[in-house]
Amino acid sequence: MTSRTTRSLAQRSLKGRQLAAISVVAVAALGLAACSSGKSNAGSSGTPTSGGSSSTTASASQPAPSGSSAGGDLNGGKPVTLTWWHNANTDPGKSAFQKVAADFHAAHPNVTINVQPFQNEDIKTKIPIALQGTPPDIFQQWGGGALAQQIQSGKIADITQFTQSWIGDLGKGAAGWAVDGKQYGVPYDYHVVGFWYRTDLFQKAGISDPPATLDDLLSDITKLKAAGITPIALGGKDKWPDAFYWENFILKECPQDTIVSSLNAKKLSDPCFVKAGDDLKKLIDAKPFNSGFLSTSAQQGAGSSAGLLANGKAAMELQGDWEMAVIPPLTSDKQVASKMGFFPFPSVSGGQGTPGAALGGGDGFSCSTKAPDACAAFLQYLTSVPVETELIKANAITIPSNGKATDAIADPTLKKVLAYLQGVTYNQLYFDQYMTAAIGNAINDAVSNFIAGQGSSADLAGTVAKAASQ
Amino acid sequence: MSTQSRTTTRPGEPGPGVGPSGEALGPDRAKARSGPRSSLRQRTELTILLGPALVLFVGFVLVPIAVAVYYSIYKWNGFGPLKDVVGFGNYRRALTDTVFLHSIIHNVIIAGLSLLIQLPLSIGIALLLNRKIRGRTFLRLVVFAPYVLSSAVTAVMWSLMLQPGGFIDHLSKAVGIGAHTWLADIHIVLYTIFVVASWQYMGFGIVLLLAGLQGIPSELREAAALDGATAWQTTRMVILPLLGPTIRIWIFLSMIGSLQLFDLPWIMTGGGPANASSTMSTYLIDKGFHSYEFGYGSAVAVILFVICFVFALLYQRFALRRDTQGALTRMVR
Repeated sequence: MTSRTTRSLAQRSLKGRQLAAISVVAVAALGLAACSSGKSNAGSSGTPTSGGSSSTTASASQPAPSGSSAGGDLNGGKPVTLTWWHNANTDPGKSAFQKVAADFHAAHPNVTINVQPFQNEDIKTKIPIALQGTPPDIFQQWGGGALAQQIQSGKIADITQFTQSWIGDLGKGAAGWAVDGKQYGVPYDYHVVGFWYRTDLFQKAGISDPPATLDDLLSDITKLKAAGITPIALGGKDKWPDAFYWENFILKECPQDTIVSSLNAKKLSDPCFVKAGDDLKKLIDAKPFNSGFLSTSAQQGAGSSAGLLANGKAAMELQGDWEMAVIPPLTSDKQVASKMGFFPFPSVSGGQGTPGAALGGGDGFSCSTKAPDACAAFLQYLTSVPVETELIKANAITIPSNGKATDAIADPTLKKVLAYLQGVTYNQLYFDQYMTAAIGNAINDAVSNFIAGQGSSADLAGTVAKAASQ
Repeated sequence: MSTQSRTTTRPGEPGPGVGPSGEALGPDRAKARSGPRSSLRQRTELTILLGPALVLFVGFVLVPIAVAVYYSIYKWNGFGPLKDVVGFGNYRRALTDTVFLHSIIHNVIIAGLSLLIQLPLSIGIALLLNRKIRGRTFLRLVVFAPYVLSSAVTAVMWSLMLQPGGFIDHLSKAVGIGAHTWLADIHIVLYTIFVVASWQYMGFGIVLLLAGLQGIPSELREAAALDGATAWQTTRMVILPLLGPTIRIWIFLSMIGSLQLFDLPWIMTGGGPANASSTMSTYLIDKGFHSYEFGYGSAVAVILFVICFVFALLYQRFALRRDTQGALTRMVR
């Protein structure tokens, strides 16, 4: 879960109080195919009246790990066992989630949660198959275009009535788990992508400030190479880290309206998309990446791109906030966290990108139709301030979906990331999640091939329309 | 699988065939022709012996194939109802997609290299291990050991050894080849995977060939020696021809394995970089499960099936016919 694995949904949410002011942004940032869905989502999540519409959620409205509430109302008081598939198959996430399930059962004895952790790539394969038969009752959900496809199975519960009293606590980001104004899932954390770097290696190469522009970045790459340091680690085997580069360049080259309307039209015809490819080419030509980056995985082991950064064998990596959770287990250096810094993706000269734009997403869960009220109550409990605070302390999540739980973030670098995120006005969901799976996969493949030296910037921009036509 | 192979390697003996249907039907049909002695008993026998296998075969082989064919005429993301009929559209798309066509070529390259490199090597090692040498049992164990490891373990282990600055780099520098990005170089990666696949699967082939060698009576060898044949002549004129059935089975298994190659490239490279190590199977999984294109994925699966099936039929008909006489050839014909 702490990985990008984690990736998912769209715009990261800011605090709830900012909701109304940025509904226009929500429209654009909205994860789904149609702009209209965004508008209605923002509306529903923006009216967090405390009463709620459903009495069934009442018993769970005050989540208490100590089990003080009876919980007899859920599922009509009848015993029910919910199967929970999540991707936190390693500690600390695994134990943390196990505890959440046990505590919820203690508070609601008739609801038993059968926890089944899976490796992230496995769960991605298992969920579509399960949705063709009997799906698990609570399962990993990254929202966006894939969610819109999954609900066509008719096996994902519309939990709007159970969530509307509290979904506002999760900010406008929760709209990414909604389709056409109906809530089909709930995020438990949010993500934003930027450059992670080793402050010690930057110092060694004589770089005082992290780069703010592409030109700065290119000159820093030269400095790092001169100092014998691999400038950037890239997990090209997994493809999505490749796509982060192109998508970030697009955010710098193209204004928000252009990006959102082009993605929704499934056609990237504006010249700015080609420019983004040219920018990426400029970066690739500087040869900043680790040796063998085309077959390097992103997060598995010391030889992965995260591992290279963790062990000081590369100076930078473009990754999400989860990096701070991924890195420590990959090195014996106990001080690694204090050596990490974060800077936003550098700007490009003449770029038309909307200021305050960033790439991000989040992790969440969807419910089956078996006992949606109990499932929604569980998700409410999971995303409540005390539980998310615990999850942060356990290092199971980095940036909580519940804005009020962000106080628990202690790491100074992560605090900087949080501050950056709170200043983001337009958080575009990773393209591969925003689009349908087929188009998203095609984007990742195309950027990966581009970085391997195949195809032109124009071909790259044409990928979306080509994939949409198939 | 190895027991089946072993029985089929005995020349001239009508043993059970490779396919489940061939296994049971051959002898039974013969029996039926000899006249109904006790039809009730025969039927009970048939039901008990054939039933479970038939249920499994129909349920897990025939039905899925039929379902895949059915899905393959739809454009379907796996979730909604099946309603968007595209007919042969998916097949047309697959057969014009350069990535898929390259994947087929990659499979054929692996199959070809297996024949050219693995087979002679395996025969050589099997002949060596068939001689009375010190520590023979141990050596056989060593040769077979890689096959015991699961493909996932093999793939992860080799990925670690092949990573930049890893064990293989040290080794290749020591012998003067120099360090390479074995898995990241689009010109090398397929051959790297072939080497790993050979490391893993050769042991099985060698054991198969050893079994075949042990089926060759030592009298023949002695007779050849008495006639003044040299060791090379004995091998060339006596041993290899008698090993023919085993070699043909080896080729059959190796070709099918090469055409279906999935686990090693999937774990080591994911078919990359830039699809340089994609196979039909990795392509199919990528499209089906990662792109949610179950209709298209099914079409690719059907193409893969047809390629393997046609190859298997032709091979049975023309190469294995003599070896499995009485069992499968009748069905094939």
